[in-house]
Amino acid sequence: MDTFTPVSALAGGALIGLASAVLWLGIGRIAGISGIFGQLLPPAAATAAWRAVFLVALVLGALAASFVFPGFGVGGPNGRPATLVSAPAWTAIPTPVWLAIAGLLTGLGTRIANGCTSGHGICGLARLSLRSLVAVVVFFGVAVLTVAVTGVV
Amino acid sequence: MNNSLKLTYLGTAALSGLLFGAGLYVSQMVDPLKVLRFLDFGAIPSGGWDPSLAFVMVPAVIVMFAAVRLGRRRSAPLFDRHFSTPAFDRVDARLVAGAALFGIGWGMSGICPGPAIALIAFLPQNLWIFLVALAAGSWIGSRFAPQVQLADAAASPVAAE
Repeated sequence: MDTFTPVSALAGGALIGLASAVLWLGIGRIAGISGIFGQLLPPAAATAAWRAVFLVALVLGALAASFVFPGFGVGGPNGRPATLVSAPAWTAIPTPVWLAIAGLLTGLGTRIANGCTSGHGICGLARLSLRSLVAVVVFFGVAVLTVAVTGVV
Repeated sequence: MNNSLKLTYLGTAALSGLLFGAGLYVSQMVDPLKVLRFLDFGAIPSGGWDPSLAFVMVPAVIVMFAAVRLGRRRSAPLFDRHFSTPAFDRVDARLVAGAALFGIGWGMSGICPGPAIALIAFLPQNLWIFLVALAAGSWIGSRFAPQVQLADAAASPVAAE
């Protein structure tokens, strides 16, 4: 099991930072995925075009990288197949229901808090936003607690 | 013509999306099980903890921090008339409640919104269930979102992400 991968983590993180920098300096937008995604939904904003372009490129970027740099871990011709978690057995919840609840809470929470790991976690911290720092501490803390309580790993 | 429909504007969005997706793959944050191995602090004593996610965040924040500093010297981004700085900066109960709900969802699944969408490239089983639920949750949440969200619909400078 390839657990700790500092070099690819640093390289990937730099790419994500560069992506956020390009969006900010190019068009003055925060690369916050939950916001870019959420504001595509009805009532669609006038800015739906760039949001859709960004999200399609996000998928293509992951796909292309898995072919250009194969074998990093999950995905691509040399990677392991990507898998999602299974619901912990003790909960007796079917996995699809578990994932639906997780997705619903993720969508709801990121929308109410106006951001996720990218918008608050990367762009917000880089902007030295107190609001984003609070969001990051809360969602990381609660996620760590959730893993500890559910034993989902 | 609306700036946001120009080729330079959409091309910038495409370049950013490509880099972001590549970064998620290279860092392996597309792997929910790897993200969960970071969130599993209980594995620290046994040495099974995977600190990789922290190693993703640090360079990402540093590069973006430099971009924000660079942006402060300019009155506008390259291809628009203004920076869409989030205008809503209050720390309130809604922020904490929303972040906590997201934390529960993230801890249950190991999937945050970026990887959720990037994973369409690799189509793990049950991904669509998560994505449909994500969209539904986001749509319901928009009923409770701060008013500044609406400003974005008019492409005003006070958009929030």
